Amino acid sequence: MLLECPVTGEDFQAAGEAAARLKRTLRQLGIDAATARRAAIVAYEAEMNIVIHAFRGVLSVDISPERIEILADDEGPGIPDIALAMQEGYSTAPEYIREMGFGAGLGLPNMRRYSDEFHIESTVGRGTSVRMVINVPSKGSLA
Amino acid sequence: MRVRDVMRILDATLLTGEDKLDQEIEAACGCDLISDLLAFTKARMLVLTGLVTPQIIRAAEMMDLLGIVFVRGKKPTPDILAMAAEAGIPVLCTSYPLYESAGLLFEAGLRGRCAWPQAGGDPHDACGGTRDAP
Ligand SMILES: Nc1ncnc2c1ncn2[C@@H]1O[C@H](COP(=O)(O)OP(=O)(O)OP(=O)(O)O)[C@@H](O)[C@H]1O
Ligand SMILES: [Mg+2]
Repeated sequence: MLLECPVTGEDFQAAGEAAARLKRTLRQLGIDAATARRAAIVAYEAEMNIVIHAFRGVLSVDISPERIEILADDEGPGIPDIALAMQEGYSTAPEYIREMGFGAGLGLPNMRRYSDEFHIESTVGRGTSVRMVINVPSKGSLA
Repeated sequence: MRVRDVMRILDATLLTGEDKLDQEIEAACGCDLISDLLAFTKARMLVLTGLVTPQIIRAAEMMDLLGIVFVRGKKPTPDILAMAAEAGIPVLCTSYPLYESAGLLFEAGLRGRCAWPQAGGDPHDACGGTRDAP
């Protein structure tokens, strides 16, 4: 099953709706709460990065019984130094963004930590693409 | 500790979620930054925050939090409350500041999230106690 949600930069009203929709869909499909939560959190962080740091993008999610593959693709300024951006605490978020509760510099580290596979690519002046996979535990292996 | 105990200890007002007062809370954290909150999930958790925005509700929903306490007497707007009601998350408001609120709950036996997860480690394995159960 494929889920596609457009994400608009600076649109703080709609921000988070794509991740919320994903979470609802996963629960409806019978995915366990802990797995749905991990997927929702990484999708939320990716969505917020598009809203905060890029112009526009798309969050697409491919759901199968074994894995949830999340792709966040954006048109934006790109990331000049990915290793630096991945460091906990590194953020270029301006003051007004921090006042809204963002800019801890933990979004990318959270995405890496919660996902089973994490890839990021970026071209300065073009955009950024993040791909994450969350494995769905087989029903028998759930404690 | 139940949501209703939190309400009593913090002398708080319930703004939404009357049907959730008997939910059992096992841990709490105090956060004013969203990604800080998202960095470490624990089952059956409550957040204390001074951040009154729609985004804190959205993040709480993503994490399956069992309650939000707005500190320092901060009141959410009706649209924020409507979001919380739709997500089924009880919202409390206390006039105690963050530090005092956390202290009162801690003293009453409610613990935190334990150690900060190690870089690259599994956020669910960062400490003992109740694991983030499905
Ligand atoms: N999609 C993106 N486009 C351009 N720059 C980005 C993008 N995502 C992240 N960055 C850059 O990487 C930095 C670190 O990102 P990260 O998500 O870890 O932290 P943050 O978004 O600044 O704050 P937080 O996620 O904790 O609220 C950002 O401050 C920004 O400079
Ligand atoms: Mg971020």
